[in-house]
Amino acid sequence: MAAAGRHILDVRGLHKSFGTLAVLKGIDFRLRERELAFVIGPSGSGKSTFLRCCNRLEEPTSGSIHVDGTDILAPGVDINAVRRRIGMVFQSFNLYPHMTALGNVTLALRLASRKSKAEALEIGRAALARVGLAHKAQAHPGELSGGQQQRVAIARALALEPKIVLFDEPTSALDPELVGSVLQVMRDLRETGMTMLVVSHELQFARAAADRVVFMEDGVIVEQGPPEQVFGAPQQARTRAFVARIDGHR
Amino acid sequence: MDRFLFTFFNGEVMWEYLPKILSGMWVTTYLAAFVIATGLALGLLLAVLRSTLSQKMPAPLSWLAEALRLLIIFFVDVMRSVPPLVLIVLFFYGLPALGLDIAGLGATWLALSLVLAAFAEEIYWAGLIAVAKGQWEAARSTGLGFLQTLIYVVLPQAIRLTVPPLTNRTIAITKGTALGQVVAVQEILYQAYSGLSFSSNPSPLTLGALAYLVLFLPVVVAGRWIETRFAWRR
Amino acid sequence: MSDVTALFFNAEIMAKTAGFLLDGLWMTVLLCLVVIPVGALGGLVVAVLAALKRRWLNIALVIYVDVFRALPPLVLLVFVYNVPPFAGYKISELEAVVIAFLLNTSSYYGEIFRAGIESVGRGQWEAARSTGLGWWQTMGWVVLPQAVRNVLPDLVSNTLEVAKLTSIASVIALHELMFAARSAQQATFNYSPLILATVIYFVLLWPVVRLLSRLEHRKIAAR
Repeated sequence: MAAAGRHILDVRGLHKSFGTLAVLKGIDFRLRERELAFVIGPSGSGKSTFLRCCNRLEEPTSGSIHVDGTDILAPGVDINAVRRRIGMVFQSFNLYPHMTALGNVTLALRLASRKSKAEALEIGRAALARVGLAHKAQAHPGELSGGQQQRVAIARALALEPKIVLFDEPTSALDPELVGSVLQVMRDLRETGMTMLVVSHELQFARAAADRVVFMEDGVIVEQGPPEQVFGAPQQARTRAFVARIDGHR
Repeated sequence: MDRFLFTFFNGEVMWEYLPKILSGMWVTTYLAAFVIATGLALGLLLAVLRSTLSQKMPAPLSWLAEALRLLIIFFVDVMRSVPPLVLIVLFFYGLPALGLDIAGLGATWLALSLVLAAFAEEIYWAGLIAVAKGQWEAARSTGLGFLQTLIYVVLPQAIRLTVPPLTNRTIAITKGTALGQVVAVQEILYQAYSGLSFSSNPSPLTLGALAYLVLFLPVVVAGRWIETRFAWRR
Repeated sequence: MSDVTALFFNAEIMAKTAGFLLDGLWMTVLLCLVVIPVGALGGLVVAVLAALKRRWLNIALVIYVDVFRALPPLVLLVFVYNVPPFAGYKISELEAVVIAFLLNTSSYYGEIFRAGIESVGRGQWEAARSTGLGWWQTMGWVVLPQAVRNVLPDLVSNTLEVAKLTSIASVIALHELMFAARSAQQATFNYSPLILATVIYFVLLWPVVRLLSRLEHRKIAAR
């Protein structure tokens, strides 16, 4: 399955420094259509920065990034148009507290995609239904559980019909009993063939659902491959050490 | 006691000066309304401008932006350090000399508006930076532009945070309309003061103080309510 | 344009009136030294009395605070200065300023201290009382120090406002900085003394405004 399809995300020689601190030291990475890749690694390894470079929430220092064939670092590129095609889900949900769930989902449809009000509402309701929250359309974020908030945030990303969705530790801020509902939505999303790049510590989920696991440390990709390989028979000593450490913790 | 009443609450004198005080109340009211409208609007404009100027931009443009940003901060600092009365008197004499024919009313309006704008800018700005960075990122990640994010996502949250401090500051500065008396603005205090001089009886002054209470006490009480209602989230 | 320079930025006149303005500045400083502690102390009394939570006392305090926050300070000053003579008491300018400022600023300081006291959690009261401290001891040694720290930016901000407010004493002819500037203006038929006074206020109070900006931003960052 992973072998089929064209590249949705194509990253080459990506470097990112904050002042004198080099966080990403040359990332080469390609993600095919319908593929789900899981990025793991110790904290400070640059996983989140890598993800945030893919929609230019962080400005890369050098390298190239193509999304669905568009060079998103090209001068004069309409970054807002690019971002509509790249969904992003955050660790802390970042829902707009002053708007309802439906308002959160439809804002960019109205302002960025320039949909009519009726159309935006229709798409928004459908997106909420996809994450199982059609009945919470009029609720404000403060009235929802963490898991429900994160599902609204996923609906907000999906409503724009992105080519790829980036997940930045989507379950790390959730109470353990709420994690399952969010993972279920992600599993459903995968069934529909969405291309997904996920930074997460949910290794069970990675084993079961990922096409590919990418191990990052110290700003570089150390090893990548199918989950059974990376978890079961890691090729690199650093990967082995990391996998042994997290297995020991469980 | 009779003498006390005769002196301070002399009905006859009060009745005589009531129309003047009422006309003063009208002047105070519309002067205050204009000050609030221009002050809050200009303050918001400056805060949004300062926020825009704080964006990352390429080199020659960024110097200009930095210069403008410092200019806004300097303006705010000046308006916060100089007493409003000094500004009113300065504008009253200064602007006509610059060819701007501005009466006491105009000078008072301008000075108080600029002072309110400066305080409001600081408060709005504080509210803008108090809105979590994640809100910006979430909105930008869905393809909203800088101004769209500012207007639809960040400002509504920021303004909610700023309501209590802004209400109190606005009331305090609006009461400064009484300073217009010094440059002959015919507001309440001016009418009361001249009533005192003409009648040689303090009752017009008592009436003037009552007029201020009628105008501002409800506002102060409302401000107290707003403060608990919108309490700055700790 | 040179007319404007001669009328507003006349170095010669500024030099000639500087000494006179400095006399006024001295009075402004003296006023601040009297009015700020008196007002702050008054506010502290108002806030501590409010913390006693006696129903009628609280109603009286709210009325006191709201009435004197509703009256413009200048109105209060003009009233306090002009009315006593009708009752047979000739009040001095300084007395009038101190009384009017006490009424006005104690209301503002009172609200700030009250908010500070309310910001200290019940747990602090319970912990202190459980160790055998009395109400006043708890208030003085445990609650107030934290309360003051919590509302420090507001206290500094209000103090700055009081300092600027001393300029209204010029209206009843107390010889402080603003009055000196206006007298000099009328004597020289030139507005340069006004500019000089503006610059003096700015130079003296700017550091306070900067400090305040710092404090306010730190308060937001701490949220």
